[in-house]
Amino acid sequence: MNMKLDRRSFLRVTSIAGGGFILSSVVPGALAEGSKAEAAVTSAELNAFIKVSSDGKITIYSANAEMGQGIKTTLPMIIAEELGARWEDVEVLQSPVNQELFGLQMAGGSTTVPRTWNQMRQMGASAREMFISAGSLVMELPREELKTQNSMVTHESGRSMTFGQLASLAAKQAVPDVETLEFKSREDYTIIGTSISGVDNLVIVTGTALFGIDTRVPDMLYAAYHKCPAIGGTVVSANIEEIKALPGIVDAFIVEGNDDPTELLDGIAIVGTNTFAVFDAKSKLKVKWDESDASTDSWTALVEQAKAKQSQRGDDEIVDKGDVRAAFANPDTTTIEAFYEYPFVAHLCMEPMNCTAHYKKGKGLLDDDTLEMWVPTQGPGRALSIADSMFGLGKDQVTVHQMRLGGSFGRRVYKEYIAEVIEISKRMEAPVKLTWTREDDIRHDFFRSGGFQSVKGAVDKQGKLVAFENHFFGMQHDGKPVSGSRFGANEFPILNIENAYASKTMFEIDIPCGPWRAPGSNTNAFVVQGFLDELAHAGGRDYLDFLLELMGEPRWFDEGNVRSLNTGRAAGVIKRAAKEAGWGRQMPTGRGLGLAFYLSHAGHIAEVAEVSVDANKKLTVHQVTVAVDVGPIINRSGAISQVQGAVIDGLSTMMAQKITFEKGRVQQSNFHDYPVLRMPDAPRVDVHFIESDYSPTGLGEPALPPLAPAVANAIFAASGHRVRKMPLVEEGYTM
Amino acid sequence: MPSYQMTVNGVDQEIEAEPNMPLLWVLRDLLGLVGTKFGCGIAQCGACTVHIDDIPMPACSVTVAAVAGRSVRTIEGLADGAQLHPLQKEWIAQDVAQCGYCQSGQLMSAAALLKRNPNPTDDDIDDAMAGSYCRCGTYIRIRSAIHSAASQMAANYVNAAEKKV
Repeated sequence: MNMKLDRRSFLRVTSIAGGGFILSSVVPGALAEGSKAEAAVTSAELNAFIKVSSDGKITIYSANAEMGQGIKTTLPMIIAEELGARWEDVEVLQSPVNQELFGLQMAGGSTTVPRTWNQMRQMGASAREMFISAGSLVMELPREELKTQNSMVTHESGRSMTFGQLASLAAKQAVPDVETLEFKSREDYTIIGTSISGVDNLVIVTGTALFGIDTRVPDMLYAAYHKCPAIGGTVVSANIEEIKALPGIVDAFIVEGNDDPTELLDGIAIVGTNTFAVFDAKSKLKVKWDESDASTDSWTALVEQAKAKQSQRGDDEIVDKGDVRAAFANPDTTTIEAFYEYPFVAHLCMEPMNCTAHYKKGKGLLDDDTLEMWVPTQGPGRALSIADSMFGLGKDQVTVHQMRLGGSFGRRVYKEYIAEVIEISKRMEAPVKLTWTREDDIRHDFFRSGGFQSVKGAVDKQGKLVAFENHFFGMQHDGKPVSGSRFGANEFPILNIENAYASKTMFEIDIPCGPWRAPGSNTNAFVVQGFLDELAHAGGRDYLDFLLELMGEPRWFDEGNVRSLNTGRAAGVIKRAAKEAGWGRQMPTGRGLGLAFYLSHAGHIAEVAEVSVDANKKLTVHQVTVAVDVGPIINRSGAISQVQGAVIDGLSTMMAQKITFEKGRVQQSNFHDYPVLRMPDAPRVDVHFIESDYSPTGLGEPALPPLAPAVANAIFAASGHRVRKMPLVEEGYTM
Repeated sequence: MPSYQMTVNGVDQEIEAEPNMPLLWVLRDLLGLVGTKFGCGIAQCGACTVHIDDIPMPACSVTVAAVAGRSVRTIEGLADGAQLHPLQKEWIAQDVAQCGYCQSGQLMSAAALLKRNPNPTDDDIDDAMAGSYCRCGTYIRIRSAIHSAASQMAANYVNAAEKKV
């Protein structure tokens, strides 16, 4: 018995990081009885991902944020596969926010699939074993001879019982030891690897409330929040009384912030009976700002500073291996230099930032204040943490509802819009929905940081890369690099060659920056893969051969680290993309192919773009061929979507998107000056998966970085013009 | 406050609102029809596309006063009762949505296109859909789903005609 209990406690210990499950039943009391009979099993101690009712309906809870990456469908597919469920019997529900029960409820960094792959399989397999135990008891057959399929426990004799018939008994079975669980082998999969339509699709196409911005609660008020256009400006005064007198306005007041853009900046809250009333009133605000401590950042100044130093090495060394100077000085090598530039960009989620909160004042002593929130967030734990740190509300006082996100791309890891609405609801003592205008959303983003890279490289007489050097110009806040503003010592091709040098110069800025789909990779790929293509041409080489030669023998650069470069996987996708795209075929004048490879978030991905460029620099991207190795594909439809979307997003960003700022003020405000690619300009995207035997990894991000260099290299092939600056509109291109 | 009559998804509504209140907020905040989405407020993104007297329009840029006496159809009224519109069925069958936020507007633009052009070419689709942004980049599947829905509607039309005979 002790042994059993020990195993259970092991299961519980691992449950938070990824293990454990509970089966419950709609038969009243079944779980309670089971708990008594099996002593250690209580719902409070185990995770709760699966519920099977006696009518055979299987409910699977999805615990992580859905933002378009498809996780709400993907993770339940893994559970259903191991369980032996028939997908048609499965209903997926967003789980409550409870990280003790469900483990880390955070989606981001393309980490959810690799982080929960084993956990989800354990959930499904544990439940499967309990069904088999129950089936064994009822059918009086040895459990070794039973298996689950199509939501049934079956025996080779043809006897079977449904999950529904066995549900209440299964819930009373011993929880198997995680260590004893065996997972299905790939050839037995019936759900993983198929195409399953997103579980919210019916709700989406019928316009039923789903997103955070759709929240409506009784007696809800609507709010807008106006902050200083220069980050960090504080309010001196505002025409509050005039605003309060406007139609539909309930209240308006100045909020004193804490000077932290990730928490609460100074601003004016306007509360009314509908969104239009508060937006309209916001447009009539007259505010006197104190900008003495506000940002004075200037994009043009950053460009000038970087260009002035482009021929020097950076302030700090990143890596120094071999002897690049000797390689560059060698008369038998060809050395070239280039200066690359990429802008700040915004997240531009189609659903602007919003949040709904209901702060209820308690009567004191035993009647504490409470807070209920409906939050579109990548990590609901952050809503809990800010309720605690800023408002002193413990977990027991706060209820968080995880809402579907109308896009995020890294934006909704921040929580300032949550803090704003809590503050407003607390002041109003009423439920309040805060909605940002699109102008707020663009100007008060946490941007993908722009930057510059001054690169230098040498090829020998055979056209082989012999030296690579980079001076990276990045951005920092208070001495710390902002998200993605990095160039590492392991950046390709530094580890692949003998002579490499990289250094950096960091600019201190105030403009908020944050993770944006494939941080760092989405800009480093543009520079490195573009410049390597330049070097291949300088050496008279075909870029495909040049790239494959750099990869060399198949090997991991950091054995055991799935996020490191595996040259075999790299070569695999490079060859596949080239083959599928017809690399090397004769192209008409003005038309060209461009190849790029990039590894990010453990995804090895190669892309070939086929473009035309006319004499007026009108660009047409006809097709992008993508080869992907992220291990086995879980939801084929979702995976293809992520790749197609990343390609179109990458092209959209590369073509025309640029955030600039002067005197600390962001100069763009809405889609008219910050455009998104439209349907007529979307290329065909041809997606190929190499489903290697490695554990599956995420696909929300890694297909984006190779797009920009593939297109830039294709433009060179088509026109002879080398693109070293994004966006393309600034280089004179149109679509 | 002035009052305006209009039909929304076949139901007569009397709306009390400031005359310059955009239809978008009438739908979302006053009528609780939150399927029509707010994206930009300046008729650039198409997320709020609805039909006004069968013409696709951005609800963010049409005032309630201008809609008085007219008939509005939103995403909530696209299905025929429990019977989904062929576009909605194809959107599910082809798993079009990623985040899903823009899809109400995409579907309403597409429905208006098929009403006036039952057999659109790729170019026709591009023209009709160019006003609707998708930040997730679902354009390829949207185009494919519109073609499939158009074929189905044509087939249904033929079937219905045969039944009559």
